Amino acid sequence: MVSVDSIIGRNSLHRKVQRSLRIQKLRALGLIAPLFIFILISFVIPIGDMLFRSIENQLVSEVLPRTTEYLKSEQINEDWEPPNELFWHLYVDLAIATEVKLHTRVGSRLNYEKTGISSLFRKSGRSIKKFGADDYRKALTEQVPELASIDYWELLAEGTKYGYTRDAYNEWKKRLIENDDFSEKTKPSDFLFVVLANDIKSPGATPTQGTIPEEKLLPVISELPEIRFKELFLDTDEDWAEPDVWDTIQLYSPSFTNGYYLNSADFKKGSDGPELRPENERLYALIFSRTLFMSVTITLVCLLLGYPVAYFLANLPMKYANLFLILVLLPFWTSLLVRTSAWKVLLQNEGVINDVLVAIGLIANLERLELINNQTGTIIAMSHILLPFMILPLFSVMKTIHPSYVRAAKSLGATPWTAFRRVYFPQSIPGIGAGSILVFILSIGYYITPELVGGTTGTFISNRIAYHISSSLNWGLGAALGSILLAVVLALYWVYDRVVGIDNVKLG
Amino acid sequence: MTDKDNGFVVFSGVQKSYDGKILVVKDLNLSIAKGEFLTMLGPSGSGKTTCLLMLAGFETATQGEILLGGKPINNIPPHKREIGMVFQNYALFPHMTVAENLAFPLQVRSMSKSDQEQKVNHVLDMVQMSDFGNRRPGQLSGGQQQRIALARALVFEPELVLMDEPLGALDKQLREHMQFEIKHLHERLGVTVVYVTHDQTEALTMSDRVAVFNDGIIQQLDAPDKLYEAPNNCFVAQFIGENNTLEGTVESFEGDYANVRLENDQVISALAVNVGEVGEKTLISIRPERVETEAERCPEGAQKITGEVLEFIYMGDVFRTRIRVGNNDEFIVKSRNSPSQQRLQPGEKVTLGCMNKDCRALDYQAVSKEVLT
Repeated sequence: MVSVDSIIGRNSLHRKVQRSLRIQKLRALGLIAPLFIFILISFVIPIGDMLFRSIENQLVSEVLPRTTEYLKSEQINEDWEPPNELFWHLYVDLAIATEVKLHTRVGSRLNYEKTGISSLFRKSGRSIKKFGADDYRKALTEQVPELASIDYWELLAEGTKYGYTRDAYNEWKKRLIENDDFSEKTKPSDFLFVVLANDIKSPGATPTQGTIPEEKLLPVISELPEIRFKELFLDTDEDWAEPDVWDTIQLYSPSFTNGYYLNSADFKKGSDGPELRPENERLYALIFSRTLFMSVTITLVCLLLGYPVAYFLANLPMKYANLFLILVLLPFWTSLLVRTSAWKVLLQNEGVINDVLVAIGLIANLERLELINNQTGTIIAMSHILLPFMILPLFSVMKTIHPSYVRAAKSLGATPWTAFRRVYFPQSIPGIGAGSILVFILSIGYYITPELVGGTTGTFISNRIAYHISSSLNWGLGAALGSILLAVVLALYWVYDRVVGIDNVKLG
Repeated sequence: MTDKDNGFVVFSGVQKSYDGKILVVKDLNLSIAKGEFLTMLGPSGSGKTTCLLMLAGFETATQGEILLGGKPINNIPPHKREIGMVFQNYALFPHMTVAENLAFPLQVRSMSKSDQEQKVNHVLDMVQMSDFGNRRPGQLSGGQQQRIALARALVFEPELVLMDEPLGALDKQLREHMQFEIKHLHERLGVTVVYVTHDQTEALTMSDRVAVFNDGIIQQLDAPDKLYEAPNNCFVAQFIGENNTLEGTVESFEGDYANVRLENDQVISALAVNVGEVGEKTLISIRPERVETEAERCPEGAQKITGEVLEFIYMGDVFRTRIRVGNNDEFIVKSRNSPSQQRLQPGEKVTLGCMNKDCRALDYQAVSKEVLT
């Protein structure tokens, strides 16, 4: 007896086996790599990005850093009044933001939470230019002409003395660079002079030898009229006095928020935690439950219509079964839009079905059935479109049920009905499971058909998501709704696995 | 077949056609006695399974009548026929346990739970599978599934059990074992069994009577020994067991015997079973074990046939010697491996001996080899 390792040595054999296995693995990976990379780039990453958007909320604190920082420590209630200092911070934040039009984006973002904020921000962005900052610029540059050049400000920003000025200047510069607007010839913005003046005259600032000739500037600054920011803002729009506006800004200051999810569940972010919206503002619970209800209905309709068809096909000789299978698949040869549009023609008030029913006298002309632009329309059209997805798995499972089972049951004394119920049907359950889960998951995320025939009462949550993604541009809310939809599907899948058992699902 | 009125199962003038053109079963007349084990044997496509399905009620007879216990059952649906059936693929319900499978026929008969349990346990005992009640059919071996299928066909105590090639899927050893088990069960329970198979050994070992089917017709219906030793026609002789055929022409008759001239002018005397007139062609059937390679070993009165050895095959207990007789190169002689038995060499001329009652002159018909395998 000569063992293998005595010939070539155990290690070298081991290594050879490892190497051949590794080559096999690499080859297999190489085969799936193109698809894997494609899915990663075009599917996983965008979806991950969208999911991230559902909690991401950096815009407010990024654009209004001073305001949100100040608001952190405020207790806002109905009797609260915005202090003067708050408006000073708001002025600086808005002044930087308006330079690159960022204030409108923050306005839109906050407008999702409280209507009116968008126009408030836009209006204020326009009016802060007239707050008198140019007087400051003129007066200061008269004393120190170097202040008109950006180089001087660069030097200023290197020092640590005027922290507020330095931060404001750096942020302003960063925004301009982001916008490709910054060069050596850029003139320092007017508001910077107000900030600098404020820093120079503030009690904490001690005059030292610095780049700024403070002794020259101080007298000028004290002569300049003080800008009353609060009054100016309130003159622009009274809404700035509303605690609600400030409350909203405060609530959405953190970089991450659960606000989108609360909105998706018909809740509102309040200062005392989430609160249910008033009844007339609730929307998503209704649409979610409607989506679930219609998906279940569509699945049941497909099952009821598809089961007999699949049974018929499975018991037909192969030659004919193939012919009928082509008929089942025929709709796939037509565009989805065409099929849906065909249903519009059939179902509308003056459509084929109503006309026929009236013509044969089943319904009166004035009592035409409302078959479209409601749930009925969506259920009819989607059941038709998704029916093949029910029939095909049912057929392929039924095909594997040998006729001898039913024969055996009959020979054992079971009536045809009992034989079907106790012997055939249980064996077809894997097909029902596969077909149902396929149709249900397809229908719960369906978009085109409900959009076209659903009207207002027959639309799905996906239509709402599409609205937020492409029309209202509230991507965060769209992403949150999408995530909830995904979570609901996964939860249902889990329940399904518990009840039916995913092992019982067979596609063929 | 004359006891049409006494038979438990009677096929009377039954015909069956699937497509309206070809008759799969042509005029079947068959009477099966109560308690009999009858096997329908034949090559595939011979109509035997169709007969079984008609009896079970899954196919309707195109013409003729089928009687069960004296009553016509043509119009009775399968579930009311009270006939147990064992299927080729067993058809055990995969979603039920063994015990549930066995209780199924009792449940549909609305039997009480305790009675069901008792009967199920009884049949499980009977097939020696008492410990397997809670298993699923998928967890059983082929032989075990076979036993459960058998038990299920018997649990509701039908008087007639049909078996459609029930052992076809088992390996050889298990098949032989199950053959005896089925046979013993039949003897113990006294049920009538109609058994379909294409395996002639199975048919011979198990049955009281065997109906050999070919071409939609029963070729011969007889006890196994009769079928083997006294085939009525060439098909049966070829289909059952090993067979040598010699082609020849009837020259004259001598009582029950006919003198047949082979193509090499040898004249052989053979029992005239199924021959035409003088001058017509015939096939003589001789079983390989009824021929001696040394004519002297035959009893008195044996006739001699000359031939040339082509091949000698040593098989342990027996020798098979292939000999050219007349124009037949495939003439086989099977001899017991006894110390005095000659071991012939290819090329040797031999004189074979056989009794003329073992030579049966049958109808002249070409039987293709494919049909027989």
